[in-house]
Amino acid sequence: MSHHDPHGEGLPDHSPAIDGGTSGQDLSLLPDRPAEPVSDPGIAPHEPRPTDIDPIMERRAERQIAMLFGGAALLTLAFCVAYFLIDDSATFAGYNASNFALGLTLGLALLFIGIGAIQWARKLMADHELVEYRHGAASTAADRAESIAAFQAGADESGFGRRTLVRNSLLGSLAFLGLPAVVLLGDLGPLPGDVYARTVWKRGVRIVKDVSGDPIRPDELAVGGQINAAPASFFESEGPDGTVTPAEYEGHELQIEKTKAPVILVRMTPDDITPAPGREDWDVDGIVCYSKICTHVGCPISLWEQQTHQLLCPCHQSTFDLADSGRVLFGPAARAMPQLQIAVDEEGYLIAADGFTEPVGPSYWERG
Amino acid sequence: MKKLSTHRRHPLAGLVVVLLGLVVAGSLYAAVRPAAADGSSSSDTDLIAEGRELFVVGCASCHGLNAEGIEMQSGSNNGPSLIGVGAAAVDFQVETGRMPMARPDVQAPRKEGMYSDEEIAALAAYVASLAPGPAIPAPEEYSTEGASVARGGEFFRTNCTACHNFAGAGGALAEGRYAPPLKGVSPEHIVEAIVTGPQQMPVFSWLEPQDRKDIIAYLERLEEQPAYGGSPLGSLGPVTEGLWGWLGGIGSLVLASVWIGNNGVRAGKKKQQ
Amino acid sequence: MSAPTTTSGSTSAVAPAASVPKRPMKGAGAVTWLDERLGLGGLAKKQLRKVFPDHWSFMLGEIALWSFVILLLTGVFLSLWFKPSMAEVEYMGSYAELRGLHMSEAYATSLDLSFDVRGGLLMRQMHHWAANLFLASMTIHMLRVFFTGAFRKPRELNWIIGLALLQLGIVEGFAGYSLPDDLLSGTGLRIAEGIMRSVPVVGSYISFFAFGGEFPGDDIIPRLYVVHVLLLPGLLLGLIAAHMLLLVYHKHTQWPGPGRTNNNVVGFPLMPVYMAKAGGFFFIVFGVTALMGALLQINPIWMYGPYNPSQVTAGSQPDWYMGWLDGGLRLMLPWESELFGYTISWNVMIPGLGLMGLLFGVLGAYPFIERWITGDKREHHLLERPRNQPTRTGFGAAGVTAYGLLWIAGGNDVIATQFSLSINTVIVFMRFAVIIGPVLAFIIARRWALSLQRHDRELVLHGYETGVIVRSPEGSYSEIHAPIDPSRAYSLTTHERRVPLEVSASADANGVAAPGRGKERIRARLSRFWYADEVPKPTTAEIEEAAHHAQHNGHGADGLDGRERHVGIETGGFVGGDDWSSSESDSSSSSAKR
Repeated sequence: MSHHDPHGEGLPDHSPAIDGGTSGQDLSLLPDRPAEPVSDPGIAPHEPRPTDIDPIMERRAERQIAMLFGGAALLTLAFCVAYFLIDDSATFAGYNASNFALGLTLGLALLFIGIGAIQWARKLMADHELVEYRHGAASTAADRAESIAAFQAGADESGFGRRTLVRNSLLGSLAFLGLPAVVLLGDLGPLPGDVYARTVWKRGVRIVKDVSGDPIRPDELAVGGQINAAPASFFESEGPDGTVTPAEYEGHELQIEKTKAPVILVRMTPDDITPAPGREDWDVDGIVCYSKICTHVGCPISLWEQQTHQLLCPCHQSTFDLADSGRVLFGPAARAMPQLQIAVDEEGYLIAADGFTEPVGPSYWERG
Repeated sequence: MKKLSTHRRHPLAGLVVVLLGLVVAGSLYAAVRPAAADGSSSSDTDLIAEGRELFVVGCASCHGLNAEGIEMQSGSNNGPSLIGVGAAAVDFQVETGRMPMARPDVQAPRKEGMYSDEEIAALAAYVASLAPGPAIPAPEEYSTEGASVARGGEFFRTNCTACHNFAGAGGALAEGRYAPPLKGVSPEHIVEAIVTGPQQMPVFSWLEPQDRKDIIAYLERLEEQPAYGGSPLGSLGPVTEGLWGWLGGIGSLVLASVWIGNNGVRAGKKKQQ
Repeated sequence: MSAPTTTSGSTSAVAPAASVPKRPMKGAGAVTWLDERLGLGGLAKKQLRKVFPDHWSFMLGEIALWSFVILLLTGVFLSLWFKPSMAEVEYMGSYAELRGLHMSEAYATSLDLSFDVRGGLLMRQMHHWAANLFLASMTIHMLRVFFTGAFRKPRELNWIIGLALLQLGIVEGFAGYSLPDDLLSGTGLRIAEGIMRSVPVVGSYISFFAFGGEFPGDDIIPRLYVVHVLLLPGLLLGLIAAHMLLLVYHKHTQWPGPGRTNNNVVGFPLMPVYMAKAGGFFFIVFGVTALMGALLQINPIWMYGPYNPSQVTAGSQPDWYMGWLDGGLRLMLPWESELFGYTISWNVMIPGLGLMGLLFGVLGAYPFIERWITGDKREHHLLERPRNQPTRTGFGAAGVTAYGLLWIAGGNDVIATQFSLSINTVIVFMRFAVIIGPVLAFIIARRWALSLQRHDRELVLHGYETGVIVRSPEGSYSEIHAPIDPSRAYSLTTHERRVPLEVSASADANGVAAPGRGKERIRARLSRFWYADEVPKPTTAEIEEAAHHAQHNGHGADGLDGRERHVGIETGGFVGGDDWSSSESDSSSSSAKR
């Protein structure tokens, strides 16, 4: 038996052509595969369909297909009627009636057209199998040689190979054209600087309830309680004399700060807390404050289990222990949740005793 | 019922009274803070005694004869102490069928309640008599009159969706625990859960009464609103959508492909094999 | 790409076509007018009756094509109302649950589309469902091409184009569902931003340049919009055109069978049969999409609320085609290192960037790797049944398993709650499964394919089981086997015999080590692994002997007793390429070559 030559690649013609051993011929002229071990019985003779021989069946198929197309037209009209007649707020069997009726009529109309067309092909159109011969994907050797010659002639006439000074200076200038393309993108964004490491928290910033913006007294938070909180500068505040101070951040600036500043306050029995060295006085009577932004890829986390003290991220299931300095218990996050040192101001409300001592949120190259 | 204090203090009359027609006289419980408790509980001693009896039979095996909790040698709780959890916690846990638990498990599931309203009231009165705790909310604490649905949505998304999902369909917590679906939960139980923090749920008693009403109004709207876009597929987000896209969408289109690629019935006899 | 000019694909009907009455064609004037200006006659005469083979699996790519058309149609509708702006507005539309809230204009107009534009919600949902179907159908189409070997020469470039389409489709989908600026899409962007940051050295810069500053900024929605409606659709359109042109040029592959050879294509003409079938299929895909838009709610943005970086919802998942990447992020171990004061987040970088590169790198290189190992440089237009390429099928099954497990891991929280499992258990199990599962899948799929080969051999040699039990005079029972239809026997045996490559002997004879022999030896070893345990198809001699045996045993032409059949199984079971090539050389009648 003859093995196919594994090194046949690169020969000028279609040499390792379709069946091994018969190389060098144009594909379309190749004999069919040798019949082995069962000879090719050839294409089965055409068998007529019921619709080919029975005029009653044929007419029935015709009627069926025409009914599908007619039904589609009616459904399309029903779509238009539904569009104009059904009120936006109307409901049908608990569904929004408009969406339901429009989608149903349109969908069925389209389905009817599709089914009708395919039935036409299956039942009524001639269904004799045709044979079309293939040719090799490559052009003929002569064509290829001719085109290579044409290319050579063109290249020679241009002098691209000979006039190296012209050619190289052109290539050089084209390469430099890449620079404006890159440089122009420079204003896509400012440079990051150290903004990832900064939040609006600093000593004395009041911790307020998210949404309402109300300041928090420690006794509002029961043991096992949790408050989703934010810095006071996100909200407008009313002074004792009734003057309203507007929020410091608004619009997309607020959105940006909200990716870093949200915190959660939770209260545990002080005995349950194992503070990290140096963080012994970071709590207020068992109230501790942690960043809400996951150190994995930045989802805000507030799934805190009050009995186990675990904080679970709903995005990728990183789990942190808030009774133990926000240590990672499980999941893909590598860093503990950053803790915010808190205190109580002279009016009795919770404040940040300091800013975050490390960047909050996901890691990045310069984070260190 | 008249409010006696402005913040987090409510009269303990409410539903117990309504249900039993008994006057629980002079019993004011501090709603939230054990620290701020006034401690007095001179309610109907008969009711408390009845509750005590029920407690010894149905609850004491886990929570201890005096509701002090049973701590296992391993340090884990067999049943936590119920001193100070208040009538609201009893009402929530027993009325939603979470207590008594059928068997020790990571979490008590919601199921058909085992006690009658009178028995629950008695149990609640007994537990409330141990130490002050949140009282069963009065109907006006969860009525949605004048509540702002949009504001409730803001509170809901900030405080609740992380666990309970955007449509209140529930979600996973660590180690087999879960946040249950909110569909079909009565407003009274929602308020009780907010103020008592059942099981792993944190206590959100700091939410102002108006905030709670707004949240309830939003949840009611979510349940009432029509399915705008068709079947909500469990409201579980893109996971079920993807499943339907594959099974329903691609599944039906592959079936259509099989139909199109098949040449149908022939008039002649069927081919063998 | 121009149509071939060297050898024309001549078309001939096997049976005489139904007689066409000779009459002047309607609209001949218009045809002449057009042809005098466009000269399309030369092209049309060949293409109008172009033959396409019939098989259900050839329609899968068509689902993708038609979903893309639906995406264009519904997308244009949506773009008439959607405003890709992150400017803050107060929502005053008809959805009362959000009225009065501040939100981006993008979200507000998405709500308007859903509640204040009649039919807008239907179009939004159809657009989203069509996107899911677009990617799903591209995926199954790719799997069909992979498992049947349709990527082989001369179709490698079309395979690469297809992969590019799939990749661009994924990015296009992500850009699309990020546009409404609801809580879920914002969470997705937040995660994407976290992944960008994990790129060593330039991560923060990539993030700042993508978002026009610090996340989320006010640039990302307009930028994604341009990417979503202009850049990527343009690229997709161009690549789809190239994909289709190459399909026309190469002609469609076909399954081997009676009259179907590597040199022809047997099927039905484009006009009229495939125009009706493909055109009809477009309407069916469109109709199914519309019904899904009517009945199945997708991405209810009004329930998520506007994006707020301090909020999140349980069940925050990407659409299905990003799910496996999210699964990778969930399963990854918490690895992070610090080098000289710089941070490398392996836990984010490896799944977030590495998985995508791995998948498309392996898929893109696969045709070339297989070609090198098998040394097969010929053109192939006949498809291979997955069982006849057990090693390829095994690798495919391993890939599908790995993808599937990561995909499931992407929904681990939903799985945990729906099946009352602990999410931690699910994750730990998946961490192991994603490593072990593909290996098991490879072994099982490969053995399975080999057993099916054995089954085919049995069928050809000893026929099918008729279910008729006879008792011999000696009292033993056996089942009568009947020979299978000759055309089926042909289909089962028309695939190639495969022989592992050998190290060429010429170098040894001269006593000089030819250059590159080490490489050759590696290749020979890989090739042996590739074809190990192949069950050879029967030879002509074996078939004759089996038939003779059957007759001899007195069961007539279509009977064989059970013992004979058992012997057949044993002959089918020999192992290793060398074994069978020697057995083949015994059978003098074999004319098979590789």
